[in-house]
Amino acid sequence: MEDFLNAFALLSNFVLVPAIAYGSQLALGALGVTLVFGILRFSNFAHGDTMAFGTMFTILATWWLQSLGVNLGPLPTALLALPVGILVCAIYVLICDRMVYKFYRKQKADPVIYLIASVGVMFVTNGIVRFIIGPDDQNFSDGQRFIIKARDFKTMTGLSEGISIKVSQGLTVVTVIIVVTALFWFLNKTRTGKSMRAYSDNEDLALLSGINPDKVVAVTWILAAALATIAGTLYGLDKSFKPFTYFQLLLPIFASAIVGGLGNPLGAIAGAFVIAFSEIMVTYAYKRFAGYLLPEEWLSGGLLQLLSTDYKFAVSFIILLLVLLFRPTGIFKGTGV
Amino acid sequence: MKKLVLSSAIAVGLSTVASSAVAEDISLGVFLGLTGPIESLVANMAPAAEQAIAEVSDSGKLLDGTKVTAIRADTTCVDAAAATAAIERLITSDKVSGVVGGDCSGVTTAALTNVALPNGMVMISPSATSPALSTVEDNGLFFRTAPSDARQGVVMKDIIMDKGYKEVAITYTNNDYGKGLADAFQTAFEEAGGSVTISAAHEDGKADYAAEVGALASAGGEVLVVAGYIDQGGKGIIQGSLDTGAFDTFVLPDGMVGDALPAAIGPDLNGSFGQAPGTDSEGAGKLVEMASGYDASSPFAAESYDAAALIMLAMQAAGSTDPNKYKDKVMEVANAPGEKILPGELAKGLEIIAGGGDIDYVGASNVELIGAGESAGNYREIEIKDGALSTVGYR
Repeated sequence: MEDFLNAFALLSNFVLVPAIAYGSQLALGALGVTLVFGILRFSNFAHGDTMAFGTMFTILATWWLQSLGVNLGPLPTALLALPVGILVCAIYVLICDRMVYKFYRKQKADPVIYLIASVGVMFVTNGIVRFIIGPDDQNFSDGQRFIIKARDFKTMTGLSEGISIKVSQGLTVVTVIIVVTALFWFLNKTRTGKSMRAYSDNEDLALLSGINPDKVVAVTWILAAALATIAGTLYGLDKSFKPFTYFQLLLPIFASAIVGGLGNPLGAIAGAFVIAFSEIMVTYAYKRFAGYLLPEEWLSGGLLQLLSTDYKFAVSFIILLLVLLFRPTGIFKGTGV
Repeated sequence: MKKLVLSSAIAVGLSTVASSAVAEDISLGVFLGLTGPIESLVANMAPAAEQAIAEVSDSGKLLDGTKVTAIRADTTCVDAAAATAAIERLITSDKVSGVVGGDCSGVTTAALTNVALPNGMVMISPSATSPALSTVEDNGLFFRTAPSDARQGVVMKDIIMDKGYKEVAITYTNNDYGKGLADAFQTAFEEAGGSVTISAAHEDGKADYAAEVGALASAGGEVLVVAGYIDQGGKGIIQGSLDTGAFDTFVLPDGMVGDALPAAIGPDLNGSFGQAPGTDSEGAGKLVEMASGYDASSPFAAESYDAAALIMLAMQAAGSTDPNKYKDKVMEVANAPGEKILPGELAKGLEIIAGGGDIDYVGASNVELIGAGESAGNYREIEIKDGALSTVGYR
């Protein structure tokens, strides 16, 4: 029995907990991408850098609060600063929409033109972030670091394997549940949410029935900015803030959104967890895990690793390819790519 | 009359050409990554090389008063095509007589094999540390004042063994530097009776390192060797390992040594140890004093000064600025026997050579060229104590 518990603790510590936290971070990012795709009908490549932009202002506000001596005790101060980041980020994306995307919307441009325009916005945002906060790592987490430490878990339970859960990981999962619930409630129950879905389903009919397109577009951008800022801040709290890493996050985020079905919010969440779990589980070395469960003579001394960690990105892209081959609209029925 | 004017004009033209050939002013290429991943290091490396060049030029002692100028070119550190084009320009268009550089191992190899070797140009690199450069075909044209990572692997093995660890896990950044160092260390460590549980690559700048940490933790080991970069994946792996309790102690090679690491990780890093190129020699201190407008204690700045100095001392010893003649003298001026020459004493060295004497260039980085013309290497052993780097000793 104890062996079984040890094996479970080991797997939780190195696979389940990190994968759930990483999956939640990806889910928030993928939700933003999928929302923009569903309603404005283009793949927004600037999303990763929008995350960096919002996070940057959250960090600046956090530093200001810290300098005033304000804090949240065990929780990170960044949570208090989050509304500032969301507000500035929303203003920024609305300005971008006014200056860039509105022009193409009037022309009824092809999605691929939007996509290229968003690459331009991506580079500009990228530059602005580096200009303001610099290309270096920024650490802005404070408060308590762990909900439970591996060492404390061991002494508490008497097991030889520990589980550690960081405050940022717990916070991420809780926030994702709250944000996703709120988002679905908003889309399904409120008038604005319903008009957004109508606009997404059939633009012409929606316009005929008197829905104000400018409002739908603006609300979509504000939601996307809020999701991006929350995702970016949670990610920065868990790891650290570095503009270049946010740019790199774009790939797994898009993989998640496409695997789940672009344009489908439920799919974005499912896709994010599929990507996160597959990256970690396929490349995990099961040597110690098997050591607890199997009799010793069965073990060969190998690492029991399916693929070396070099291939973890290959894993997510193979899944992406398979999904596109056999179910082009994604696991949940999305708009298709 | 017209003819006379013309012919005298030609005569004047010819005589100026002839006189400039007598003075024979030369130039050296400073071929470093002015842009790219190590641009912050190059900001101190290039001025150091140029200081040595200015020192020799101003002394007027090189080959009867030959003036030397420096011409900069960009390796970009990562783009082999751009680096090849840049050194091509230095050699064929600027007609340099020697090259200080390149900096990163990949571009240096490309520039050497594609351009310097066919053109018979001497290159002395201050910072390319890949073990592969020890065995590359170079016709005796390539030297480096930086040690090979094969050497660092051996030093790291000694430090770990001295602390009594027998079983380690390795993670390395997936490039020439990381792979070369990890392989060199693994070979040395296993020969000495240690065992390596896993040697796993990680990519820099990625979103999440949970998979890598999981694999390393499962393989186990007393300490984790992190052959990565301080502001990239190396830091992410250490943070992840500490958070999950996978490893407590880390071994930090040169790419991971810096004040930013203990500052970012905090007290959990206490007890980790490692090494970086460094010497407590007299020359290093002297260069720091001499340096104006740049920081000579920055990594590879001392090596850059020495690389430029060696080229010009070898020219003096050969009595020629022809790379194919002075290349044979580089090892001679760098090593014993002879009078020891420190930074700031280049004029003295040139005089001794002109007078038929022998010198042993020590320079700022304690130069001692071994093997195929690379620095024997001096390393500073460090340990993290109370959240700060502290120097334990030199090896």
